Amino acid sequence: MKHLLSTADLSKDDALLLLDTAAQMAATQSRAIKKLPTLRGRTVVNLFFEDSTRTRISFEAAAKRLSADVINFSAKGSSVSKGESLKDTALTLHAMGADAVVVRHWASGAPYQLAHAGWLDAAVLNAGDGTHQHPTQALLDAFTIRRHLVGRRGGGDPDGVGADLAGLRVAIVGDVLHSRVARSNVALLRTLGAEVTLVSPPTLVPVGVETWPCRTSYDLDATLADWQPDAVMMLRVQRERMSGGTGGAFFPSPLEYTRYYGLDARRLALLPDHAIVMHPGPMNRGLEISAEAADSDRAVIVEQVANGVAVRMAALYLLLAGDPSAEGNDL
Amino acid sequence: MTTDPTTYVLRGVRPLGGDPADVVLAGGVVAALGAPGSVDVPGDAVEVDGADHVLLPGLVDLHTHLREPGREDAETVASGTRAAAAGGFTAVHAMANTSPVADTAGVVEQVWRLGRDAGFADVHPVGAVTVGLAGERLAELGAMAHSAARVRVFSDDGRCVDDPILMRRALEYVKAFGGVVAQHAQEPRLTEGAQMNEGVVSAEIGLAGWPAVAEEAIIARDVLLAEHVGSRLHVCHLSTAGSVEIVRWAKSRGIDVTAEVTPHHLVLTDELARTYDPTYKVNPPLRTAADVEAVREGLADGTIDIVATDHAPHTREDKDCEWAAAAFGMTGLETALSVVQQTMVDPGRMTWADVARVLSVAPARIGRVEHAHGRPVAVGEPANLTLVDPAATRVVDGAAQATASGNTPFAGRELPGRVVATFLRGRATVLDGAVVEPAGAGAR
Ligand SMILES: [Zn+2]
Repeated sequence: MKHLLSTADLSKDDALLLLDTAAQMAATQSRAIKKLPTLRGRTVVNLFFEDSTRTRISFEAAAKRLSADVINFSAKGSSVSKGESLKDTALTLHAMGADAVVVRHWASGAPYQLAHAGWLDAAVLNAGDGTHQHPTQALLDAFTIRRHLVGRRGGGDPDGVGADLAGLRVAIVGDVLHSRVARSNVALLRTLGAEVTLVSPPTLVPVGVETWPCRTSYDLDATLADWQPDAVMMLRVQRERMSGGTGGAFFPSPLEYTRYYGLDARRLALLPDHAIVMHPGPMNRGLEISAEAADSDRAVIVEQVANGVAVRMAALYLLLAGDPSAEGNDL
Repeated sequence: MTTDPTTYVLRGVRPLGGDPADVVLAGGVVAALGAPGSVDVPGDAVEVDGADHVLLPGLVDLHTHLREPGREDAETVASGTRAAAAGGFTAVHAMANTSPVADTAGVVEQVWRLGRDAGFADVHPVGAVTVGLAGERLAELGAMAHSAARVRVFSDDGRCVDDPILMRRALEYVKAFGGVVAQHAQEPRLTEGAQMNEGVVSAEIGLAGWPAVAEEAIIARDVLLAEHVGSRLHVCHLSTAGSVEIVRWAKSRGIDVTAEVTPHHLVLTDELARTYDPTYKVNPPLRTAADVEAVREGLADGTIDIVATDHAPHTREDKDCEWAAAAFGMTGLETALSVVQQTMVDPGRMTWADVARVLSVAPARIGRVEHAHGRPVAVGEPANLTLVDPAATRVVDGAAQATASGNTPFAGRELPGRVVATFLRGRATVLDGAVVEPAGAGAR
């Protein structure tokens, strides 16, 4: 693995290696001294063309706990329309000797271009590009699902190390059309053997979804009651989908959205007892998820955040120190 | 305009792919044509060996972006018409979306004169339908029609004349001087922020979709409008299977509609967007393999009248960036004939006579330049001719092209056929595959 651009590029072995490595990383994080010497002397650049404090600090924590030097490069303010030229930025980072570039970009495909245009020879980690992919989010989701639904329930390794997600059912609910989280999860969950149902109003599913390896439904109640998912992943609904904006509103009102697609206590009760509730954050409480659902003991939303650091440590480790002969490579 | 005093004899060429002939060009016209060895050749004639080469009427492009005035960093009338000559064209219709927009007699005359001065191909300016391409009120169509540039094709290309009443008025108004409205069919509300064809690939790679229905809905409306007011309509760069069906239906009803397809829509698909390389970003977007097959079929059966390049040069800065930030468009003048050969002639779906029809005769007729271009290859006709070696192959190199821009989607691809010579009123603008500068360039 030279880059981490899309979960669709990951084989099952790649995905399991990432998750198992993340489990090792998570174990180190319960130690009093969390910092590992693994990436000492390596430079990780957080290149953000779009604001996302949560994702940036997660990557920053991951890199620092592996002892990497971290440079935060925010290219958003310089010129919003075209951004600071992607090419010039890449050439600058190349000249600075970046070993890995963590890139968040408003344009789908920008990380792919950075990895393939020949401007840069660093490892590229996609930290979310447009409406395309957000692979570390899907990996942390899979890690969380495995921990709860394979590890703790299965009675084997508590983190489910070595196991895939075969037979598990995951419902992903909300704005699939604009969601890089949904795209990343559909590909990864399928690779790991889980079944996926996407639940959205018809206006928020992409034309072309019929080729995706999953089911789609417009009916959240039926999906929860009849399909009995093991995990429900709620997607954030952006404000601009409601107000019209350029393309018009995608649904009649926030109230109607909540009525048909919001997760509340009544819908929570339709789920099997072991089912977990997930959300990539930040949540719109009262819109796609009620406070009761978000704060229930089914919700693993806060844990997702913690697992994000372990998964990003694993990704950086495997991309930068994947060579076992590298110095300080034992965990 | 003066004509080249040089006399040429093209030896053993096959007019429209037919039997070999010797063809003498003198005084700007075809002076003699007959079986090899049977014609009188002046002693000073320059010999051009054309064995197994196909002789076509000079190609006519109904849809070229020359970028001048305004974006001379991407292309000029001179560089664009050099590219045209290199591609076998003797006439191009220059689209109106320049800066300033070609919406007045002054601007179209300026572009027309720049073309005459350059001397590589006849430049026929297209006039804007609406002032500033703003889609609000008609430009002075009559003034452009009656200017020295004699504009007959009107288009807001790059934008759609989406207001139905404005489109109706334009269709009606141009009847007074035999004009035609060439519509860039794109329903604007359905394509806000659109980046590529909406379908399986866009869903996967997360680029905003440009649905086929946004093209088809406008074409359907426009053919009905053209029928209602009894006007002539031309559909630019038709790209979907549904559009072919609508035009086929309209023609079966006797509606006076013509349609064009670009070379790139004859061969490239939206799968190329997976590279996120903005070279493949174009409007209308590359469609699916099923659409490609439908436009080939439509071209073969005559539903689609012509191939037009939509040659759209862009600077490196406008393409070396994120897909969503990049400009739409690709160059095409120097690859069009090869693409038509590859997709239509070599598989046996069209003859060279058909190529002459779709790349010369029909576009000349639609653009109302049929007095000079798209003529039969016959004695006494203007010597606007293209000689192509269909057996040659070449690997496209953007940097080696005559166009000032490098955004060819065919870079690195091997294409069949090579333009060996192009003649504009008897003057060789291309000879031995190389562009020939006019003698005493600039003098008229
Ligand atoms: Zn157009």
